[in-house]
Amino acid sequence: MTTGALTHLQSLEAESIEILREVAASFERPVMMYSIGKDSSVLLHLARKAFFPSRIPFPLLHVNTTWKFREMIAFRDSMAEKYGFDLISHTNPDGIRDNINPFDQGSSRFTDIMKTQALRQALNAGRYDAAIGGARRDEEKSRAKERIFSHRNANHAWDPKNQRPELWRVFNTRLNPGESMRVFPISNWTELDVWTYIYSEGIELPSLYYAKSRPVVDRSGTLIMVDDDRFRFEPGEAPRQEVVRFRTLGDYPLTGAIRSTAATLPEIIMEMQASRTSEREGRLIDSDSVGSMEKKKQEGYF
Amino acid sequence: MSLPMATPDTDIDLWLNQQTDKSLLRFLTCGSVDDGKSTLIGRLLYDSQLILDDQLASLRKESHNRITGDEGIDFSLLVDGLAAEREQGITIDVAYRFFSTDKRKFIVADTPGHEQYTRNMATGASNADLALVLIDARKGVLTQTRRHSFILSLIGVKHVVLVVNKIDLVDYDQAVFDRIVAEYRAFAEPLGFKTLAAVPVSALRGDNILAPSANTPWYEGVALVPYLESIDVSEDRTAEKFRFPVQWVNRPDLDFRGFSGTVASGSIAVGDEVLIASSRKPAAVRRIVTMDGDLDRAVAGQAVTLVVDREVDISRGDVLSRPGETPEFSNQFQARLIWMNEESAFPGRSYLLKVGSQLVPATITDLKFRTNVNTLEQTAATKIDLNEVATVTIATDKPIAFDPYTANALTGGFILVDRLSNATLGAGTIEFGLRRAQNLTYQSFDVNRGVRAQMKGQAARIVWFTGLSGSGKSSIANLLEKRLTAEGRHAYILDGDNVRHGLNKDLGFTEAARVENIRRVAEVARLMADAGLIVLVSFISPFEKERRLAREIAGDIDFAEIYVDTPLEVCEARDPKGLYKRARAGEIKNFTGIDSPFEAPQAPELVLHGGEQEPAALADELHGWLKL
Repeated sequence: MTTGALTHLQSLEAESIEILREVAASFERPVMMYSIGKDSSVLLHLARKAFFPSRIPFPLLHVNTTWKFREMIAFRDSMAEKYGFDLISHTNPDGIRDNINPFDQGSSRFTDIMKTQALRQALNAGRYDAAIGGARRDEEKSRAKERIFSHRNANHAWDPKNQRPELWRVFNTRLNPGESMRVFPISNWTELDVWTYIYSEGIELPSLYYAKSRPVVDRSGTLIMVDDDRFRFEPGEAPRQEVVRFRTLGDYPLTGAIRSTAATLPEIIMEMQASRTSEREGRLIDSDSVGSMEKKKQEGYF
Repeated sequence: MSLPMATPDTDIDLWLNQQTDKSLLRFLTCGSVDDGKSTLIGRLLYDSQLILDDQLASLRKESHNRITGDEGIDFSLLVDGLAAEREQGITIDVAYRFFSTDKRKFIVADTPGHEQYTRNMATGASNADLALVLIDARKGVLTQTRRHSFILSLIGVKHVVLVVNKIDLVDYDQAVFDRIVAEYRAFAEPLGFKTLAAVPVSALRGDNILAPSANTPWYEGVALVPYLESIDVSEDRTAEKFRFPVQWVNRPDLDFRGFSGTVASGSIAVGDEVLIASSRKPAAVRRIVTMDGDLDRAVAGQAVTLVVDREVDISRGDVLSRPGETPEFSNQFQARLIWMNEESAFPGRSYLLKVGSQLVPATITDLKFRTNVNTLEQTAATKIDLNEVATVTIATDKPIAFDPYTANALTGGFILVDRLSNATLGAGTIEFGLRRAQNLTYQSFDVNRGVRAQMKGQAARIVWFTGLSGSGKSSIANLLEKRLTAEGRHAYILDGDNVRHGLNKDLGFTEAARVENIRRVAEVARLMADAGLIVLVSFISPFEKERRLAREIAGDIDFAEIYVDTPLEVCEARDPKGLYKRARAGEIKNFTGIDSPFEAPQAPELVLHGGEQEPAALADELHGWLKL
């Protein structure tokens, strides 16, 4: 409940820290998902605060599809070195063997194999009983209904009709063998909260969030950056330099850039305030069908 | 029609300060099915320009063939997030929504109106400052309206706005509005809300949402959004008694030992003395550590790490307070309980109770009464069903620190968790601790169980037989008792029949009575073992929960669960008392194995296969296993 003494952001920060500590105290093998984006960066910052002066008492897990922006991987490694956390990177070996890529298989099959299945492999291999993620309730309609401590059965599936009631801040962290928990400490943050927090805390982000001249191609209105020589051009297509930035980071062939000149945080925040499209629009996986995120989550996607 | 948008100032710091200085209002919407909750929230999001172009486009597409306002949009589609809900056109789970105006930030919990999802409403209410209670102007105050309002008062939501929706469908009739408001006020009067306002609106058309509507000239109050922007719900939690539930012991190396947690209420400064609730030992705060640097003082809501000036035993679950204003520390209290599971609650059953960061086994010791949520009438009951509210007494296995819920929601609100499935079964609010629990410490006599057992040349223990009727439990127990007696030991058989004819003759065969039956037998077995006896309990005891309860009651007494595993066909063929025949004929109801289940033990100490060997051989096997 509202305390009055703290500002809005201070309350959100304290709530998230409390959730992170509850995970560390209640589970045997927690892990934190690290996707290198802005929400992950906020999560990492919060985890450092939650356990200070201790190190973060669980590893960070990056599910690497091998199609991330090159800069994301460099940024990831520099963060791990700077803050001394344990980093685990996992790629689905079946996907590598079968040369799964976003061009031949299409976004939904690629996502299933390289993200959903890869995540399940990594969670099973690490026998993690709690996986912390940076999802927010303002992102998407099915996320808006998910608990902060979200129960998963032994197949990592979410049962939206059978969620545990979650009252006050008394979280039921109990699990049966094989079951696990997904935990979302920044559930109650909005996109604007994330940006203002990044600004006021001085949190580092990959430069992809900031506008810069980059080589892109236009695919029916979506600007795709040509990040390496694996990119498949359509006949007659050639990259051209445009000043763009990304509102969300992922696999470069599946992540749309926006035309923008916002090169600083204040400019990004102001641009966002005037923006008329939602954040996930740049992600190609959500627009497949109505309810697609809910379906993916039932299958085990974050 | 739109809310004024925040204009980004060229001075970003100024603008950011405005953002962070905004206060936050968490509210929930509740009411009956089809009152238009989702439509109202969709309208609030739309009017605050939070519906973005891509969402708007997909909404217009989805709104085809649905009831829409002038904007051509079915607003409820914005918030009904799950595919199952869109198919059924209803809301089945709490959805959280975010919007802000120039004056305030809002987090809205949209909660379902269906009776079976009342638990989700309680969930939404537990973190809300205010509630919008929606009423369909055509239908007036319904059962669900009363139920939800009662739950609001139970969870302690202090501010209520009665939103009389669909006022357009009753031709903006003042008489209808006045009648509904009068009826609701009469019902809500004993619920003790701090503020109660009423607004006539049409969520679909936008009447009285942002500004007073020309269609309701008779309504003199402010519109809904301005009311939500201005209402004062702040409570000075910093001025309350200091409570610090320890969440996590922070120990990076041998030189640092801190206690991490969130200040639940009050404040604490470096140098202040604190008391540990469990040990009642004092310590002084030496440092208040955060990554942003040490603080001089920490206040309610802040997540910090405290370092104290001396070596004291503090662990997760401990509560720190100031000396002289400590929380209650007891193993018994009275509480109000909302039951949230299909499986009913029974006195005598064992659950896990979580309050703050304390997790302990707990039992409902007495069901005082059930409260009818429609009339607030109190009635006697033997169990609590899904969505029912009851007043109970609860005993925990070890003392816990708590406050009355009205004094502190964070140290007085708890959940009950199933010990097998780990589901959250119910939520409770503590009313008061039971004093006698603090005074009632077990007498530790000089002559104890060990002494008494030694006199008999044996170790006291409980051997608990479980299995179907006719499986051979009593035969084996009899043979074992004979043999023990021959060896000069003191044993005693507690048998289903002999106990039911005496001590438990008041009990029937309902589920509640079976729980109580087992509880009493387990208590008697414990007393007998405490007297130094070897107690042989021969009870069908078909349910895992009750066997677990018996084991818990036994406490530190050696307890062996012996599963006499004899196939049903064999038992039925034996049928020593003719009971199976009668059960098959329908003369006996709830007969284990026929029309009532037997839950095979998951981890018995020993399994005896009654279908394969004679009782004498099995008694020998058990005697050897017991290693007396």
